[in-house]
Amino acid sequence: MQQIINFVLRNKTFLVFLLLFGLSLFFTIQSHSYHKSKFINSSNVVTGTVYKTANSVGQYFNLAKENKALLEENRMLKSIVHNLDVDTMKPAFKDSLKLDTHYKFRTASVYKNSYSQSTNYLTINKGKKDSIKVDYGVITSQGIVGIVENTSQNFSSVLSILNTRSRINAQLKKTNHIGSLVWNTESPEYAQLIDISKFAPVAIGDTIITGGQSTIFPKGILIGTVNSYKIDSGGDSYVVNVKLFNDMTNIGHVFVIENLQASEIKSLQKPKDD
Amino acid sequence: MTKVTLNLAVRFIVLVLVQVLIFIHINFLGYINPYIYILFIILFPANNNRTLFVFLAFLLGFSVDIFSDSGGVHAAACVTLAYIRPIFLKFSFGTVYDYQSIKFNQTDFSSKFTYFSALTFIHHLIMYSLEIFNISKIILILQKTLFSGIFTIILCLIITILFSQKRK
Repeated sequence: MQQIINFVLRNKTFLVFLLLFGLSLFFTIQSHSYHKSKFINSSNVVTGTVYKTANSVGQYFNLAKENKALLEENRMLKSIVHNLDVDTMKPAFKDSLKLDTHYKFRTASVYKNSYSQSTNYLTINKGKKDSIKVDYGVITSQGIVGIVENTSQNFSSVLSILNTRSRINAQLKKTNHIGSLVWNTESPEYAQLIDISKFAPVAIGDTIITGGQSTIFPKGILIGTVNSYKIDSGGDSYVVNVKLFNDMTNIGHVFVIENLQASEIKSLQKPKDD
Repeated sequence: MTKVTLNLAVRFIVLVLVQVLIFIHINFLGYINPYIYILFIILFPANNNRTLFVFLAFLLGFSVDIFSDSGGVHAAACVTLAYIRPIFLKFSFGTVYDYQSIKFNQTDFSSKFTYFSALTFIHHLIMYSLEIFNISKIILILQKTLFSGIFTIILCLIITILFSQKRK
């Protein structure tokens, strides 16, 4: 017994080192495993407050750019509204209580964004208090950004599409061939669309949008255009290099999407999986 | 003694804040980021309680991890760095280290440079290996280690020169 105690005392630095190294390895491996809530994330009070303070200074530098983006979005919406058929406008009375029946949009500001790591996350300034929950989609007016992964009272962390763990259902705009959007860590401007059937008519310049198969994003959110494509090593599907519409290195304001029918769809699908 | 402790505490907080608010967002040429917070480990007084030092290094890495959502990548690299630092102290400074009273701003530049580079590259190698976590991307790991490492070393040397207290 005495010898054991002596051994521990003599090697206490090494033992502390082993313990702490093991702990950090555990956190690391946990952060690499798919879809598991982590305790270590930037949506907590301390980091949120620090980022909030920094953001309150930094946001002024982007105001000009933000204004331009808003103007562009307004122009697009206006051109849609004024080109609508008069017939489709017929139900002049709309019950404002039932406006959001399928998808509910909320706005949020990005406090922290990273794109140079292989696992990138964003921190946004809305949390449980604003009814943001895990697995809500996050987009900008230009395209998709990611999926909410952790929430705290006032902040949420978002799994960026620039993350090796991200896998988003996507499809070609002109046909219904679906695939998964992943990221190969090489450039923040490009993501990869895999598992697209080799019978799909892929052409350079085609638009890629979100597919309607996930309960997270509505169908038709813009993602990017086909930059190049090749047959994958298996020989039966394409790997498409997608140039993202969104500049993922510069994101100021985002929309968080809640699918009000998600639980209904999920409960319907559940028995099939068992 | 308390003055030294206070000094270290301030250095800890300032380095973490500067790292997560400024240096993590530099992204020079797309992916090159300096990790200057390891200055805390590099410049920690040599005549210390080693167990406490390893623990402080863990806290340091862990704080950066929380801010950058990177799991335990920085913590693992920092703990290792703190544990193996005595080897590199001996290697770079030789006999001076044996007196247990090394002053980093009084050593000559070449040994300081060796010491800084060795620790920086080890830290970056562990960090990027764990972050990318894929042995088939070893070239990417080495590339990131090399370029970010050079950036870190230059910045660390500049910072130590700027803040050295030679005028006293």
